[in-house]
Amino acid sequence: MYVCLPMPESSPTKRKSAPQELVGVVGLEIHAQLHSNTKLFSGSQVGFQAPPNSLVSFFDASLPGTLPVLNRRCVEAAVMTGLALNCTINRKSLFDRKHYFYADLPAGYQITQQRLPIAVDGTLTYSHLGCRKRNTVVTKSVRIKQIQLEQDSGKSLHDDYRSQTLIDLNRAGVGLMELLMEPDMSCGEEAAAAVREMQLILQALGTCQGNMAGGEACIGHTHSLTHQGNMAEGQLRVDAYVSVHRPGDPWGIRTEVKNINSARNLARAIDYEIQRQMFVLESGGTVQNETRSFDGKTGHTIPMRDKEGLQDYRFMPEPNLPPLMVYEACSTAPPGVAPSQVVVLEEVRERLPELPSVRRQRLVETYGILPEHNFTLVNEDGLMDYFEAVVKETKAGPRKVIGWVMNELQGLLHQQNLSVSQSPISPQALAQILNLQENGQISSSIAKQVFQELWKTPGKTAQ
Amino acid sequence: MYVVVNYTRKLQTLAFNLGPSCYRQGVTGVSITSQDRKSKQNFSCFRWTHLITLVHQYSTRIYNSKACQVPVDLVDKLERLALVDFRNQEGLACLEKAIRFADQLHVVDTDGVDPMDSVLEERALYLREDAVAEGNCAEELLQLSKNTVEEYFVAPPGNIPLPKREERAAMLKHSEI
Repeated sequence: MYVCLPMPESSPTKRKSAPQELVGVVGLEIHAQLHSNTKLFSGSQVGFQAPPNSLVSFFDASLPGTLPVLNRRCVEAAVMTGLALNCTINRKSLFDRKHYFYADLPAGYQITQQRLPIAVDGTLTYSHLGCRKRNTVVTKSVRIKQIQLEQDSGKSLHDDYRSQTLIDLNRAGVGLMELLMEPDMSCGEEAAAAVREMQLILQALGTCQGNMAGGEACIGHTHSLTHQGNMAEGQLRVDAYVSVHRPGDPWGIRTEVKNINSARNLARAIDYEIQRQMFVLESGGTVQNETRSFDGKTGHTIPMRDKEGLQDYRFMPEPNLPPLMVYEACSTAPPGVAPSQVVVLEEVRERLPELPSVRRQRLVETYGILPEHNFTLVNEDGLMDYFEAVVKETKAGPRKVIGWVMNELQGLLHQQNLSVSQSPISPQALAQILNLQENGQISSSIAKQVFQELWKTPGKTAQ
Repeated sequence: MYVVVNYTRKLQTLAFNLGPSCYRQGVTGVSITSQDRKSKQNFSCFRWTHLITLVHQYSTRIYNSKACQVPVDLVDKLERLALVDFRNQEGLACLEKAIRFADQLHVVDTDGVDPMDSVLEERALYLREDAVAEGNCAEELLQLSKNTVEEYFVAPPGNIPLPKREERAAMLKHSEI
């Protein structure tokens, strides 16, 4: 939950000669679908593109007499994500019911963790190319308020022609991690960078596949587009909470922006909403506390149909699930309990893979490359491995290799919308070209021509 | 604070009569008794306790505990949120009696004591292995629904808002219950 806390007023002795500019305040709510074989509380499969309602168990359809049974893998995934984001893992967490009526929620409530979630108080550190000046890399961090486990709802397909909704419960009951970020961001660019970093971290951990929209994901900045091999569904859903205020004043009324399907659209939506709210305030109006939907085509946010006014979710403890206990080490776990029945923090910590920020640090130290470059390297899938493979084979310095990879290789990849793995030029081939250039056998312009040739007819060697 | 209320027989019969006429959700094929694994006798125990808790919180916040009336707009809000029907003055009187009964809990001093959600709090939560064991019963599930289209369940385009009190009374007059 995003809590609106009033900020202290600036000291009365300070005189403001001119009214301060309005600034935006942005908080994010991210729902990340857990990458597991089965759903959170039932043994039915988590899958995409399956026939409608074929991956649904009796519990998911909320038939009478069914009970939730927690999936161990989901708990481990949530704990791992919490550890990667420097959160405090609550040794004891509780499950609650959040009630609301909608056709894709068969039970009429969603099992979530509102009172005592599994992880709290973390930080996400991210870098971006500055809101105004795009040359310098700025590192910022945003606080993670909490991470909680919850169920996903089914999918509804709206058939406006026949005035009905078709419900597919394949997605109902799939485990989600809700990551709440404190409103520490101030513009769309920061929010987009934070989300991209989160995607990378989740993908590196393997806890979530991190795609925001089906088919294509916008990872990396500006023009890069990474195609996924499979038409995966969006596993990462982001809602933004936007308000504006003058620094020092209490926070303004916030609006919620939904229906954002890529990091780039997130930036656009937030920037538009900030502008809109500033315009409203400057013309003397007041911002309404509402939910708005982002329209990708026009770049505007439009108010969503206000269905039932402010929702009262009537939270209550989930009576069918005792508290979830996580233990620090095997020694603190209760004796005589099977190891499959306990989640031990020590073990999960050991299994933490190398995080993107650590990778970038390693690149800088090993190869001495600039932060902007290693930023792109880690962002693009497979680019870093490509780079390292080339560096291994060639005598040319890492800086030169970077230049080639970033400019020539990336340029052609983007032009033809290919991913790194689809590049017709292998790392070895590129290394050969660079070696020839180093030896003085060819000049740099000829090297570029050779590169183009090899691109068109892969398989030939540089000789 | 969550209260297990020993409600009166009147409330029980009222609760039993509620279900079909007031469950306006679009999803077909789901019974109102689905939420509780305990016997039908105690059906919707948690729905009711939750309602009573909500009313209790409101009434103690706005009035002191000697209050007698549940405000009408609160009743309307509860009916809209929980889709239960208090129907008439008798139903409201039952509700108020239940609240007064629950007030007895205030006699107990609970300073420094954590609230208890369930008597099974000390049990270990069973963790299931991540292996597929269920699903693939689309036909069975779809048979439960009156209205299906190509393996999808059919629902109205959005939530149907609860009709106003006067319209409801008119609708119920024509129904069998």
